[in-house]
Amino acid sequence: MSAAETAHAGTAAWDWVTGVAQWGVDNWSRPGEPDRGIRPRLVQHMRLAYVSIGIGLALALPLGLACARWTRLYPPVLTGVNVLYAVPSIALFFLMLPYTGFSEWTAIVPLSLYTLVILLPNVVDGLRQVPDHVRQAAVAMGFGPLRRLVAVEMPVAVPVIIAGLRVASVATISMVSVASLVGLGGLGQLILTDGFRRQFDAPIVVGILLTVALALVTDAVLVLAQRRLTPWARRDRSRRARAAAPVGER
Amino acid sequence: MITFEGASKHYPDGTVAVDGLDLTVETGATTVFVGPSGSGKTTSLRMINRMVEPTGGTVRIDGRDVRDQDPAVLRRSIGYVIQQAGLFPHRTVLDNIATVPLLLGWRRAKARARAAELMELVGLQPAQARRYPHQLSGGQQQRVGVARALAADPPVLLMDEPFSAVDPVVRTTLQDELLRLQQELHKTIVFVTHDIDEAVRLGDRIAVFRPGGVLAQYDAPERLLAEPVDAFVESFIGYDRGVRRLSFFPARELSPRQDTVFDDQTRAEDAYDIAAGHGSPWVLVVSAEHMPLGWVGTEQLARVPAGVPLGDLDLAPYGHTFNVGTDSLRAALDAAVLSPAGLAVGVDDDGRVVGVVSQDDLGTAIWSVTE
Amino acid sequence: MDILIDLYRWFADPAQWSGDSGIPARLAEHVHYSALALVLSSAVAVPLGLLTGHTGVGGFATTSLANFARALPTIGVLFLVVLFAGIGLVPVVCALVALAVPPILVNTHEGVRGVEPRLRDAARGMGMRGRQVLLRLELPVATPLILIGVRTAAVQVVATATIAAYVGVGGLGRYIVDGQARQDLTMMLGGSVLVVALAVVTTLLFAGLRGLLVAPGLRAETASAR
Repeated sequence: MSAAETAHAGTAAWDWVTGVAQWGVDNWSRPGEPDRGIRPRLVQHMRLAYVSIGIGLALALPLGLACARWTRLYPPVLTGVNVLYAVPSIALFFLMLPYTGFSEWTAIVPLSLYTLVILLPNVVDGLRQVPDHVRQAAVAMGFGPLRRLVAVEMPVAVPVIIAGLRVASVATISMVSVASLVGLGGLGQLILTDGFRRQFDAPIVVGILLTVALALVTDAVLVLAQRRLTPWARRDRSRRARAAAPVGER
Repeated sequence: MITFEGASKHYPDGTVAVDGLDLTVETGATTVFVGPSGSGKTTSLRMINRMVEPTGGTVRIDGRDVRDQDPAVLRRSIGYVIQQAGLFPHRTVLDNIATVPLLLGWRRAKARARAAELMELVGLQPAQARRYPHQLSGGQQQRVGVARALAADPPVLLMDEPFSAVDPVVRTTLQDELLRLQQELHKTIVFVTHDIDEAVRLGDRIAVFRPGGVLAQYDAPERLLAEPVDAFVESFIGYDRGVRRLSFFPARELSPRQDTVFDDQTRAEDAYDIAAGHGSPWVLVVSAEHMPLGWVGTEQLARVPAGVPLGDLDLAPYGHTFNVGTDSLRAALDAAVLSPAGLAVGVDDDGRVVGVVSQDDLGTAIWSVTE
Repeated sequence: MDILIDLYRWFADPAQWSGDSGIPARLAEHVHYSALALVLSSAVAVPLGLLTGHTGVGGFATTSLANFARALPTIGVLFLVVLFAGIGLVPVVCALVALAVPPILVNTHEGVRGVEPRLRDAARGMGMRGRQVLLRLELPVATPLILIGVRTAAVQVVATATIAAYVGVGGLGRYIVDGQARQDLTMMLGGSVLVVALAVVTTLLFAGLRGLLVAPGLRAETASAR
């Protein structure tokens, strides 16, 4: 490639980047179409993702407690959750349509169920992680089952649960976009309607980047939350790193 | 012969692991590096097979600087045993032992045959060959670790706290096995431990390290116990070093007395007469074969009706005995302290009573050897 | 109940089992994209994870890359690649590879990192070179975790390969997309059942693979640890 060609390619790439950025700035909000700008899409994306994660956690905690308490319950429940996870998201969204129509529940119900595949094992493993001698010491000091759960077992489980929450939130935020196929995808709408249907790359790139940014910011917030919630785990770097990293270890 | 010449390990952060170590490890002997944590004993050991590179000085094996050799080739010629054995979990016992021969390019069949020989040598059952490490006890794992280190028949064996993770009973068995193996194999062994008792038991020579990586004393165990060079070594050895030192003096020096030993058919009044004659408060009753049966007090004998044989009396248990031919003064002292009569029962190799030793006699003997 | 009968009829219809849009052809297409994406991802992620795990260099970069890739919206990647490369296999495989790389990469890296230091010490102390430590110790010990990573990726890929239908390529996703377009619930359900079945078969396949690839000494150990 000659110097002139290189320069030309460089200019073209730069033009493309500025073009994408310009589109993003211009379309942040569209006064004429209040639902269609980037901002409302982002807000919807956050709402869909966070509500789904919240519901997922609200389901995983009691379910996990039950599975940790009655261990025979765990294998069948885990298998069920795994099978559910294998149902394609597109199919679940479509199948929800007759029941929930085009309300946001069509996206939220399947997304919450998907989070269980990550959250449930982490809740169970976290609760099981309490060393036996700690549990026995708590019993010996006169803790009842409920107080033991709140004062001893949950604190030990929190780092593991938050580690699961991190993986689950990144996965959910990325998966929300698929709901655009039923008209609900938050930033996915940007990718599908503004980008793909019009054969225009800028909205797709903006959609991808914002999704990734949202996921990473959420992840960072969870890391900070974990440090605030479990200051004793801070020095134990190895365990935190280990708990956070491998996926699907179940 | 392994020589350390001014060997040092200084880390960039200013930590000094080993500082100017000068030491010679004799060929065919067991040399123990002992010291508290942070004294550089493990670092010094790891300099020999270049797991740690010294920042100053040299380490030579038979005159040859270890840095002149490729580390991997060097290490294959040196056996290496570590804490908790470090066995490969995905390999059978047999294949674990065959690791180094296979690295050296032996054919698989030959390596496995050699591994089977070694299993026998370290006291493992042939049936355990196909087991995996997690199916073995800690002591068995450590035997495999020793076998693995010996597989390519290296002249030098480095052992880094190999027995510290097993329980005391198993540890003693493993130490005995190592002593037995060493009598047979005459390897140049460098053994690291933080346990001075283990050091005294196993070592032909002991190097005591002090914190900061400085050699405090390098001596034969009995010299170390007799003459610690300074307060650090003395406190590290412990305050009962005097008693422990007695392990190095044979009980043979003692002259057990027979005049308070009676067979079980002797009549009580006869025994009383003799014992009271030389003021002995206890007599030892033995069987016709001279096996010990128990103690009876002279006071009690005085109250027994005439004609009753000693065998019919209630005897106090005789407790521990010591072997007059092979045990040390320490074992004799132990037997005396633990005996209800305060007298140590000396026996021969078949367990037959040779005689008893009083604490006074023991005191005299100890005094004469340790002065 | 009616829906189950409809579903049974749908599966029982002989026309369903032949031709270019029959179940065998669609299934073959689906397996084709999934396997291709999985093989490509493994070919990238396993060596990379072994390298970063073995050297300890780039661990943070690896985790960050995996996190970034995990956050990528699959349909975004799919549509973007379609714009540049056109409809076809390329965008589908790109999107699936982006999906499959993170779990394989992270598990490989962590599997190798997780090998106990004393085992590595023993290996080096016996005179193994770097490559021998990797191939004779770290890889076999990490294999169970690597397989779990690949299995996780495989299930996700099989479920997500349905999007291939959206860019005009075949696969089991056709039943779901066409079913939606025709408001044919039975067809959508049938497609979903087939995908779930394929995912279950995939999981079973990995259980078998585990028996083949994981040394018996590790199998018992990890079984008791899990």
